[in-house]
Amino acid sequence: MTEPALLSVEGVSVDLPTPRGNLRAVDQVDLSIGAGRTLGIVGESGCGKTMLSRAILQLLPKKAKLSGRVMFDGQDLVHLEPERLRKLRGRSLAVVFQDPMTSLNPVLTIGTQLIETLQEHLELDGQAARMRSVELLAAVGIPAPEQRLMQYPHQLSGGMRQRVAIAIALSCEPKLLIADEPTTALDVTIQAQILDLLAREQRRRHMAMIIITHDLGVVAGRTDEVAVMYAGRVVERAPTPDLFKKMHMPYTEALLAAIPKIDARPHTPLPAISGRPPDPTRPTTGCSFAPRCRYAWAQCHGEKPRLEEAGSPGHQFACFRPINTAAGVPA
Amino acid sequence: MLGFFARRLLYLVPVLLAVSLLTFLIASLLPGDLAYTILGDQATPEKVAALRHDMGLDQPIWWRYLSWLGHVLQGDFGRSFRTGQTVLQAVAERLPVSLELMLLAQLGALAIGIPLAIACAVRSGSAFDRFMTGSAFSMLSVPAFLSAILLIYLFAVELRWLPATGYVPFHEDPIGNLRSFLLPALTLALGEWPVLMRVLRSDMIATLQEDYIAMARAKGLKPSRILLVHALKPSSLTLVTVTGINIGRLIGGTVIVESIFALPGIGRLLLSAIFTRDLIILQGVVLIVALGYVLINFIVDMLYAVLDPRIRHGHA
Repeated sequence: MTEPALLSVEGVSVDLPTPRGNLRAVDQVDLSIGAGRTLGIVGESGCGKTMLSRAILQLLPKKAKLSGRVMFDGQDLVHLEPERLRKLRGRSLAVVFQDPMTSLNPVLTIGTQLIETLQEHLELDGQAARMRSVELLAAVGIPAPEQRLMQYPHQLSGGMRQRVAIAIALSCEPKLLIADEPTTALDVTIQAQILDLLAREQRRRHMAMIIITHDLGVVAGRTDEVAVMYAGRVVERAPTPDLFKKMHMPYTEALLAAIPKIDARPHTPLPAISGRPPDPTRPTTGCSFAPRCRYAWAQCHGEKPRLEEAGSPGHQFACFRPINTAAGVPA
Repeated sequence: MLGFFARRLLYLVPVLLAVSLLTFLIASLLPGDLAYTILGDQATPEKVAALRHDMGLDQPIWWRYLSWLGHVLQGDFGRSFRTGQTVLQAVAERLPVSLELMLLAQLGALAIGIPLAIACAVRSGSAFDRFMTGSAFSMLSVPAFLSAILLIYLFAVELRWLPATGYVPFHEDPIGNLRSFLLPALTLALGEWPVLMRVLRSDMIATLQEDYIAMARAKGLKPSRILLVHALKPSSLTLVTVTGINIGRLIGGTVIVESIFALPGIGRLLLSAIFTRDLIILQGVVLIVALGYVLINFIVDMLYAVLDPRIRHGHA
C-alpha cells in the first residue's frame, strides 16, 4: 500500500497488573488498515484481540498500561487530549461491541441513545436527528423504526439490539468501524444476517472495518486482510486469499481445522487444539505456541520467532517450521 | 404502566389492614387500665366500671378493634381525653412542622451526598475517595444530639447567624420560618448524607464497569452526560430506597431533634402522648405515621418503575 494507512498500530503492548503478577495481554503488535479496507483479527478466547480493540479505542481498564503508538488519521490516539479524542470517537471511529444485551443502556430509549450520538457530533436539531435516526434504523433492517425510537432495549430481541448498536455506530458516517465479535452473542441464524449487514453498509459508506472474531469462517469471504493472534502476538498476517491459499503458521492451520465441517462423516472427532494457551503472566522464552504445536522442534522452544515477510508479498508469519497448507486440504 | 400502578395499589390493602391491627394491639396491650388513667387512682370501682362501659372497654378485643377500625375508615381517629382535641386536629397542627423538617433534611442530605458519591465513584480508590469514604464513616457515628449541640454552638452562639431554638410559623414570617428550620434540618442531613453517599458510590462504581458505559464513551459523549444520564439513573435504585425509608422515618418526626430545637412536630406530640398516657392520641398518631410510611414506600416502588423500564414491563 502506497497511500498512508488510516489506522496504524505500532508496537502496541498492553500490560494488566493482576494479583499473580503482570499480565501481558497484547505483545508488540503492529497492524495497519487503509481507508475503505477490511481487516479480520482472528484468535481464540484470551488471545488479546479484544484488549487490542480496546487499546485502539483508548477504552482500556483504568489499571492497564499501554505502550506503543496508535496512529489514526494522522494523530496518535494514545497521547491525544481527552477532548479531541472524544470528538473522534463516535464521529470518525466507531465500535460495535460483542454483547448487545449489555452494550445498550437499559434505562434509556433506543431513540435517546441514537439521537444523543447524532446531536453530539453533527449539528442537528431535534427534529432532524429524529428523522435521521428513523432512516438509520430502517437502513439496518429494523421494521417499524418510528415506534422503536420509543422502546427500551429489553423490548427488542438480541439480533434487533445488535442492529440498533450498528445503527448507532454508523450514525455519524465513521471512517473506521471496529466490530468486536459482533455475532458471538447471537443465534446462529442471525449471525450471517448481521455480518452481511455490516459488509453491505461498509461498501455503501466506504468505511474501513476491523472484524474481530474467533471464527476463521467469518473472515474468509468478508475481509481484505487477516491477522491471526495467539497469546497477545500477531503470529500470521496476510491478504485473505493468500492466507486461505497457503497458510504457514501451524496455529492458523489448527484454528481452521477446529471448525466443524458440514460434509464430515457423522461422529468424526473434531480436531480440537490440544493443550491450553500459555499463562500470560509467565513469559515464555520460545514460540508461545510451541508446547501445543505438533511440528515444534528444539529451536521453537528456545527462541522466539519474529513476524517476518516470506513467500508471497504481504504474507507475514512468525514460525521456524512453516507449513504450506491450503484451506480445504485435510492437514 | 397503569396496570402496574393498580396492581401495586391493590397490594396495599392487606398491608394497611396489618398495620392497623398492629397499631391497635400495641396500644391495647400497654399495661394499665385506660379508665383508671383518665379517672385517677382515687376513682370508685363503680365510676371506673361505668366509664369502661361507655368507652367499650368491657367488650372483647376483636370487637373493639373492629369498631375502632370502623370509625377510622370514616375518618374518626378518636379524641384526646386530656385536651379534647381530635387526633386529626392534633396531627394536622404538628404534621406540617415535621414534613418541612423532613423535606429540608432530605434535600440537604441529597445535595451533599449525590455530588460526593459521583466524585468518589469516578476516582474510586484514589486518596480523595478514601478520605471521603472515611469521613462519611466517622460522620455516621456522630449522634444527632452531639452534632446539634456543635451546630448550635457554631452558628447560633459564636457566629450568631441563626436562632438556636424556636419555631416561627410560615404564614407569619417565611424567612424566619426557614431560618428556624436550617439548623435542625442540617443536623438531620449530617446524619444521613453518609448513608446516601455510600450506597450511591458503590452502585455507581458497579455501573461504571458496565459495557454500556464503555459504549457511551466510545460514542464520544461528554463526561458529564455519561455520568449524569448514563450512569446515575441506573445506579439510583438503592439511593431511592434509602431516601424513601428515611422520609418514612422522618414523617414520624424525630423526638431528639424536635426536642433540642423546640419544634412542635409529630415527634414531640408522640412524646407528650406517651408521658401523659394519652392512648387515643398515641394510637391515632402511630397509625397515621404508619400510613405515611406505607404510602412513601408505595411511591418509592412507583419511582423504581420510572427509573428502570424493565420493572415497568415486568422483565426484572
